[in-house]
Amino acid sequence: MTATTHEVGHHDEPTGFTRWLFTTNHKDIGTLYLLFSLTMFFVGGAMAMVIRAELFQPGLQVVDPYFFNQMTTMHALVMIFGAVMPAFVGLANWMIPLMVGGPDMALPRMNNWSFWILPFAFAILLSTLFMPGGAPAGGWTLYPPLVLQMGTAFPFVIFAIHLMGISSIMGAINVIATIFNMRAPTMTLMKMPLFVWTWLITAYLLIAVMPVLAGAVTMLLTDQYFGTSFFNAAGGGDPVMFQHIFWFFGHPEVYIMILPAFGIVSQIIPTFARKPLFGYASMVYATASIAFLSFIVWAHHMFTVGMPLAGELFFMYATMLIAVPTGVKVFNWVATMWRGAMTFETPMLFALAFVVLFTIGGFSGLMLAIAPADFQYHDTYFVVAHFHYVLVTGAVFAIIAGVYYWLPKWTGHMYSEALGKAHFWLSTIFVNVLFFPQHFLGLAGMPRRIPDYAVQFTDWNMISSIGGFGFGLSQLLFLYLIIQSIRGTRNATAQVWEGAKGLEWEVPSPAPHHTFDTPPVVK
Amino acid sequence: MAEAQSGYYVPHGSHWPIIGSVGLSSGVIGAAGYLQGMDWGVYVMAIGIAITLYMVFGWFGTVIRESVAGYYNDKVDLSFRWGMIWFIFSEVMFFAAFFGALFYARVLSVPWLSGEDPLTSRYIWDGIMLNWPTAGPGNAALEFEPMGAWPLPTINTLILLTSGLTITIAHHALKAAERVKLVVFMWATVLLGLVFLSFQAYEYYEAYAHLNLTLGTGIYGSTFFMLTGFHGMHVMLGTIMLIVITLRCMAGHFSADNHFGFEAVAWYWHFVDVVWLGLYVFVYII
Amino acid sequence: MRLSKRTVLMVGALAALLGGLVQPAFADYALNMPQGVTDTSRDIYGLHMTILWICVAIGIVVYGAMFYSIVKHRKSRGVQAAQFHHSTALEILWTVVPLVILVAMAIPATGVLVDMEDTSDAEMSVKVTGYQWKWHYEYVDEGVGFYSNLDADSQEARRLGASRKPQSVENYLLNVDNRLVLPTDTKVRLLITSNDVIHAWWVPDLGWKKDAIPGYVNATWTQINEPGVYRGQCAELCGRDHGYMPIVVEAKTPEDFKAWLAEQKGGAANTAGGDAGADAGQQTVGTDTETVEDQSDPAGETTARADTGAQGGGSDSAAGGMTKEALMSQGQQVYSARCVACHQADGQGMPPTFPALTGSAVVTGPVDDHLDMVINGSAGTAMQAFGPQLSDAEIAAVVTYQRNALGNDTGDVVQPSDVQAAR
Repeated sequence: MTATTHEVGHHDEPTGFTRWLFTTNHKDIGTLYLLFSLTMFFVGGAMAMVIRAELFQPGLQVVDPYFFNQMTTMHALVMIFGAVMPAFVGLANWMIPLMVGGPDMALPRMNNWSFWILPFAFAILLSTLFMPGGAPAGGWTLYPPLVLQMGTAFPFVIFAIHLMGISSIMGAINVIATIFNMRAPTMTLMKMPLFVWTWLITAYLLIAVMPVLAGAVTMLLTDQYFGTSFFNAAGGGDPVMFQHIFWFFGHPEVYIMILPAFGIVSQIIPTFARKPLFGYASMVYATASIAFLSFIVWAHHMFTVGMPLAGELFFMYATMLIAVPTGVKVFNWVATMWRGAMTFETPMLFALAFVVLFTIGGFSGLMLAIAPADFQYHDTYFVVAHFHYVLVTGAVFAIIAGVYYWLPKWTGHMYSEALGKAHFWLSTIFVNVLFFPQHFLGLAGMPRRIPDYAVQFTDWNMISSIGGFGFGLSQLLFLYLIIQSIRGTRNATAQVWEGAKGLEWEVPSPAPHHTFDTPPVVK
Repeated sequence: MAEAQSGYYVPHGSHWPIIGSVGLSSGVIGAAGYLQGMDWGVYVMAIGIAITLYMVFGWFGTVIRESVAGYYNDKVDLSFRWGMIWFIFSEVMFFAAFFGALFYARVLSVPWLSGEDPLTSRYIWDGIMLNWPTAGPGNAALEFEPMGAWPLPTINTLILLTSGLTITIAHHALKAAERVKLVVFMWATVLLGLVFLSFQAYEYYEAYAHLNLTLGTGIYGSTFFMLTGFHGMHVMLGTIMLIVITLRCMAGHFSADNHFGFEAVAWYWHFVDVVWLGLYVFVYII
Repeated sequence: MRLSKRTVLMVGALAALLGGLVQPAFADYALNMPQGVTDTSRDIYGLHMTILWICVAIGIVVYGAMFYSIVKHRKSRGVQAAQFHHSTALEILWTVVPLVILVAMAIPATGVLVDMEDTSDAEMSVKVTGYQWKWHYEYVDEGVGFYSNLDADSQEARRLGASRKPQSVENYLLNVDNRLVLPTDTKVRLLITSNDVIHAWWVPDLGWKKDAIPGYVNATWTQINEPGVYRGQCAELCGRDHGYMPIVVEAKTPEDFKAWLAEQKGGAANTAGGDAGADAGQQTVGTDTETVEDQSDPAGETTARADTGAQGGGSDSAAGGMTKEALMSQGQQVYSARCVACHQADGQGMPPTFPALTGSAVVTGPVDDHLDMVINGSAGTAMQAFGPQLSDAEIAAVVTYQRNALGNDTGDVVQPSDVQAAR
């Protein structure tokens, strides 16, 4: 294989507004994804602030319960589909071609389309806030029959989800084609960096489940407008059927949001421990096992719907099994640190916090897997605490770690390490003040998705809200550091980090617009 | 252009995706507005569809021109193949959602409603007994006839299977560079697709006009029309793709060893075929 | 005092965070799952504590190794990084050991689950139906049934910007007008279903929750060991007032329960509110419009009533015709309790999900259409059928109120007899 061909007459770097609108360059598109994700992170975060403000004390002080429900619903949709998933796709766009030594993503025009659907989809979704009847308020899981009570927003929400699904599927197809087809000839599968491996498996999950979500919401649409009875008992359907189809999408979706995070952490820890990743092969197999198991555990989200006993037992056992490959990953990370020579720059700090705090989320996940105990935990703040530990201190912390890790490669400038560390400590302390008390609230009997609560829950809610405001404000520092790095003055070296290994560290910082036009040789 | 034939072709800057986004989003905004009874809905939807079609023709036109000009090497070809395979897989999973709904209803919810869960039956539905095909316990008074497997669905099965055969013959003809045979069998495949669609349309007419079988016929009507309907839409899309590819064959776009566009459509047609077999067995026969 | 308690709790929270999982140090209701009052809830508490301690133990090992490494194996101490990168034996070990722990955990969990799902040999059944946003309880085969709404005090304090503080309400958001009364030491089967959207019936002290699915019945059971009052809430998002449909179970000894049931069957005054406990005694219906003063309701004529089976059987004594003033006064109370959640205190609603009543075509149109809407509801919307829930007099009153208040002025007076005719 020889050099890459670029379109004739356009070999220089395009500029201006159309550069971003028409771009087919994986780095530009990665940047667009990351900036979009950052925007949505703050939009969703603002909604979280409304939620925590209302929950600061019992009684209603800030918003109407109906608007509160809109906030919880939109917070979830924006954070999941707008912040976390696009952030990972952005990282994939930027890093996968660099890591495998390819010239670009395999299908560059489609890559542009995957991104440019998203702003439109979210414009539609966010515009529902201003429609008569407001935004969706039945929870991001869109359970019928409640979701059918939505106002004008209903079909807009459904179609926005369709658009997001189309975007995700095209992004995933591109990742798969890139990984299989764009690797440097010497980059064999089992030499690929773990981030690439986890993304490959994530892409398969996306292709397998996003269409199922599309099918589920399509059935909602026809139930509402065309008289079908999928989720209506009188017509022979079952509202619970929606939950089964939804969670067949929903559980793999959870891993779509955490497997790339595993990949990022598996890149960062060896770099700063100056030691190869422990158990590379078992990491790959564990990721694949988690992906496989994710397809047969969906009903643990719905233990209380009244499934037959055999179903409850099956899903309980399958769910508990996930702890095994997940455990292997955590043990491998600890073994990677063991007898390394560690330094603690900001990416490493976030990665370490990820290992500790994601594991707390894993423990509560194991507790939730025990079906009888889940009959108590289900739909309480214990669940809220659990999934925020895995999604905020898991997925989001890994994304932040990845951003600090690769930012110098993207911008060519170092960020301020002192402020980065400040961001880390503020985030880590506040996020625990925010979410740890929610375990107590849930165990003590506070249901989730309520705008007002019994007086005995006041203290922990106040503490949690204080943590929430603190965590939210701390992220402004993150924004500042990103801007600082973009406009910065302290140039980064090609390798950036002393212990960094891999193809992405062999190109200059900032990475030139086109890299690896000629395939590199992997040692 | 020597370099162009050997390197991986990376296009620079394309306006088609953003046009596609505008088209898609105005299409769905219009559709949503229409569903909510807004006057502007239909028009916006039509504009959106028009823009999307413009994008499809423009985008594919660009790709075809680049392909004919020889910009694409084997590796680009392989990227397209990966893309098409996994696109088809995602379509399979879309159908899986509706098959899942069908299995769930038949194996779980309908039996529960009609006595297998005695409490539900006794306390809510007055012990009504249901047998598939059913419109559900709330529509017990609704009379309708289910769609039998004979004659139309069976004939349609044979038609689709035959069309799978004709497109394969056409493919072999393409590889053997027998142009006339290729074009004849491609048009035969298109014709079979069109006949299938007309039979399907007639079946729907029968259902609505004489069997009292509609989308509103409970879970049976829901699963029947949604599964066969989405399949029919895919057949329609496949037929349009076949027509385009046949015209391209006639324009001499493909060579014996470089005809990914042809193969992609053939794969898609086989996928439509296989889904139909699933439908035939689970919707019509069992 | 409150402030200092809060400070203590905050310090405690920080200690909990720093020390990891130190929940047992606070053996307080506010920190851990209640042990509850059934064998099931105690089994579940046992499972919960076991798995928690297993997690704590694993956590100590993993975090211990990690923090040891972080302290000892840092570059600033001048260590050289080792370069080992796998150990098959170790990797097999840490696959197999967790597997064994999981199997050990699955065995007792399976036992409890099998036990929980066994609803056979129940001595009585209660049908529980969720509504937006209240519960209905029916003692199967006993002909006793009633609705259970959020209590009036909480109703008053829950409003946005209410002058009354939640802290001044006893059992704020956890109290109802009519309690579900159950006998102790009796295996009671609960048949849980819903009339509109999915709800979930949950009383932590009983040890489980179960979803209420419209069109399906979910059976479960409980056997309460100790008399007492146990409180819970709806646990599945069910719309605007999901947070305002509590559950209160009062467990009485079998003898007391029999007496209570007999009294209900007697249907004295058709009100279940009277004996729902002392804290339901004086009911005040609050509104946040200043034009109307609070109406006290010393007669105990609560907004819920016992329906004795036959629809509309319990007609109120006012069949002979009521004055417009009496209708407006009662109507305002009913409106505050039943209608404001959606249609709002000023009648403006939250269109289009919750239509406005002010100037509404239904409310200002023919009386029959208005009655039909209130009695039979509107399918596919949150507007439920109030016919089975309210007495003729209550419906007459609230319809009269809606037609002559909230900015409407039709002048119509609807009598209970009209309602009876419209049923």
